[in-house]
Amino acid sequence: MSATIGSPGFLRLLLVVNAGVPMLLLGYDTARGQLGTNPPEYLIRTTGMLTLIMMVITLTITPAMRWTATPALIQVRRLAGLFTFAYASLHAVAYSWFDKALDPSLILTDLVRRPFILLGMTAFAILIPLAATSTHGMVRRIGGRNWKRLHRLVYLAAMAGAIHYYLLVRADKRLPLAFGLVIAGLLLWRARKTNRARRSTHNLAGSDSLQ
Amino acid sequence: MLVKKSGDISANEITEEKSYLNRRNFIRGGMLAGTAGVTATVYRRLAVPAGSSESATEATYLDRKVDGEDLTSYEDITTYNNFYEFSTSKEGVARLARNFTTRPWTVEVTGLVNRPRTFDLDEIVGLGIEERVYRFRCVEAWSMVIPWLGVPLARLLALVEPLGNATFVSFQTLLDPARMPNQRTQVLDWPYVEGLRLDEALHPLTLLSTGLYGRLLLPQNGAPIRLVVPWKYGFKSIKSIVRIELTDRQPTTTWSSYAPDEYGFYSNVNPGVAHPRWSQARERRIGEWGMRETLPFNGYADQVAGLYHGMDLGRYY
Repeated sequence: MSATIGSPGFLRLLLVVNAGVPMLLLGYDTARGQLGTNPPEYLIRTTGMLTLIMMVITLTITPAMRWTATPALIQVRRLAGLFTFAYASLHAVAYSWFDKALDPSLILTDLVRRPFILLGMTAFAILIPLAATSTHGMVRRIGGRNWKRLHRLVYLAAMAGAIHYYLLVRADKRLPLAFGLVIAGLLLWRARKTNRARRSTHNLAGSDSLQ
Repeated sequence: MLVKKSGDISANEITEEKSYLNRRNFIRGGMLAGTAGVTATVYRRLAVPAGSSESATEATYLDRKVDGEDLTSYEDITTYNNFYEFSTSKEGVARLARNFTTRPWTVEVTGLVNRPRTFDLDEIVGLGIEERVYRFRCVEAWSMVIPWLGVPLARLLALVEPLGNATFVSFQTLLDPARMPNQRTQVLDWPYVEGLRLDEALHPLTLLSTGLYGRLLLPQNGAPIRLVVPWKYGFKSIKSIVRIELTDRQPTTTWSSYAPDEYGFYSNVNPGVAHPRWSQARERRIGEWGMRETLPFNGYADQVAGLYHGMDLGRYY
């Protein structure tokens, strides 16, 4: 992508449009009553699936930056993460509303008794502080290093989300397994990068002390 | 060093700033529209709500209610199906099962009986078709109200004369990967098998269904002949049956061998016994947004609870 066409502003617009299209279509289908035979189940399932897809896209941006040597991609990572959070919020609201009638005691019972609900809610709970600290101001306020440490939790949320999906499928676990494997792969890639970076800083420090 | 003279590119070859910007905006607009189009197409392909253009509720059925509950629409019943032989996606079954041939069709009835016999489908229909409106409760916590057509299973079993030592009945779905494409996968152990205790099989509520809404069954609903046991979770009501065998031991059943801690042999609808991964206390009636309370034995307790007198239903789930 040429530098001018791939300007940060344009990349952001590209992401907003494409990540927003499914939300708009889902909203349009809801408005005209075209959600099929079991609309609540369809809404819950579709928002859940979109959350996992946006999560994988978000986690792929950092490696994609390296592989394609397109540092401008960093400009869309925050937006992708916020869209992941938006879909996750819709998913959590749809579940609480349609399945649990917004009854806290019913939700609490589910949390205690159903590991897959606990995992899903944990993943969502992790995303809340990440979304809240996504602004430049917040990065400055808590410090870059702390911010990085905090935002590594996104991998925990992603794995919890994939296992949440795996546990609720009755049979044919291929798709949840695929999500799990991709997320695990991305985590592994990131962990290796971080380790290597850490080692090289150690070496630098070592050579400093020798001089 | 070679220094090119500025004259190498003549002034009229340099793109004007305005048209350069225009071209850039054009490319950007194209990319936005193009990718949005691709995203929308992919989304539409992957997220398909159930439902067909065919909306064919017979006029005679429009006002039918059972215990004050409306019938589920014909369209909903025929587009939202669990039938793993075709697809694990409930929305995908109707399309994949469209060309499933159900004639000729025979059902072999064998095992511990005096007169084993292979019935042609028409012979079973000839035993006398009745209409029964039953609640249908899926183990996934959704439910429908369906006007079935069928023959009480007891009537068929009487013809083969079960022996005194027969205590269970096992049922088997057709095994034919050429006609049931998902049987090529290992999603479940094929063929699908189910079973009932003999007294459950002989209960007057238990039906061999060949139709619904006054018509022949469509493939996605288990054509041409399926079991309907209204007080049990839907997966007990095995579809597209080719074989029925009377035995003296509890038969293997597909879901309980797939996940014994999740699906028992009895699988009676029971709001008090949760599936390990979700509650069975409530259900979503198709057509409604909220959930309603699930009734013990799916509301048929007064007719069937006696079959389980003295049994620990938490243990025999």
